[in-house]
Amino acid sequence: MSNLKTLTNGILKENPVFVLLLGMCPTLGTTSSAINGMSMGLATMFVLICSNAVISLLKNLIPDQVRIPAYIVVIATFVTVVQMCMEAFVPALYASLGLFIPLIVVNCIVLGRAEAFAAKNKVLPSIFDGIGIGLGFTLALTLLGATREFLGTGKLFSLTLMPEEYGSLIFVLAPGAFIALGYLIAIVNKLRKA
Amino acid sequence: MAKLKSTLPNMLLSLTLICLFAAGVLATVNMQTAGPIAAAKAAALENAIKEVTPEFDNSPLADAYRAVTSDGDSLVIYPALKGGEPVGVAVESFTMNGFSGEIRVIVGFDTEGKILNYSVLQHAETPGLGSKMQEWFRTDKNRQSVIGRSLAAGNLTVAKDGGDVDAITASTITSRAFLQTLNRAYSAYKGTDAGTGATAATDAVTEATEAAEATETTETTESTEKGGENE
Repeated sequence: MSNLKTLTNGILKENPVFVLLLGMCPTLGTTSSAINGMSMGLATMFVLICSNAVISLLKNLIPDQVRIPAYIVVIATFVTVVQMCMEAFVPALYASLGLFIPLIVVNCIVLGRAEAFAAKNKVLPSIFDGIGIGLGFTLALTLLGATREFLGTGKLFSLTLMPEEYGSLIFVLAPGAFIALGYLIAIVNKLRKA
Repeated sequence: MAKLKSTLPNMLLSLTLICLFAAGVLATVNMQTAGPIAAAKAAALENAIKEVTPEFDNSPLADAYRAVTSDGDSLVIYPALKGGEPVGVAVESFTMNGFSGEIRVIVGFDTEGKILNYSVLQHAETPGLGSKMQEWFRTDKNRQSVIGRSLAAGNLTVAKDGGDVDAITASTITSRAFLQTLNRAYSAYKGTDAGTGATAATDAVTEATEAAEATETTETTESTEKGGENE
């Protein structure tokens, strides 16, 4: 599989949110606005790229029976790096995403890609896979965040598009996340089959 | 290079090396970011103080002190001075009675005890309902604004509890908790500062009323919560 194919694979064909349905916890939890969804996607993408690269480098040094703890240590290291950098340089964003950043460690997309792709492939394809899956995740989260923000508050990236009174609050709250995600998955499935 | 076999020494060595490497990376990043993190936190606090007090020329962070509230807790007070004269204070107050736990608020009083402004530092209230408190209580509409109100005459309470502040629509519990942070801030401020002109006697009376009202408010909140009232 060529690198380009690996890259595009994660965006639509194997989109982690809409097709693989992985990582639902941060997907539903952080997408109350487009900017939150996008930041969470980008943070996850950074972790994915780094952990994929390191794990594919180390794959021969890690005995099979201890591979899961080894992967988790690598992933957790990068997540903590992201968390500390965010707290230091973008405190406002950290305040709104704070709780969900440490949860990237247990995001099954990251571990899933380490196990399914990075452990079997060379460094470069693994990095491309990280970028592809990361982009797919970011796009999905941004799309879901934008949908919920618009339907819930009438805004898009904090720009008011329609009066707030027309929005329905349920989309900002948890049930709206499930409803919006359900419809988005249906639309993406329709588009993929067409 | 062939893949390492899963023997005990191999597994031990591999995991130990990975953990050592991870520890090294984290220690480096921690050293690099500890400074900026502390600076960002201090800057956020200082901005919040600037927002809620009149112009000052001292360093409220350096002059901060703790003061006891009427219910026995203690809060941090940041005095704002201009040319050595007190122009107001910022009080960092909190309550655990929010709809989703803790609410932290910083509130500014002038020397007469009137509320100048407030800023919500941290909360976990329902988005779109309780989270409106950031704007609601400073919007000049009906009786919902608390800006300019003096707490010298007694605690602020929501209209539902017989007070004269309009609660956030559908968020009475949040509104009660928010006003409680203001009341606690005031009692910490007035409880210790004797240099504001109020006599000790009036202070004692106000405190007694405040304490009594505070207990009442807590009781009503508890009873309504038991009754299953929702936001």
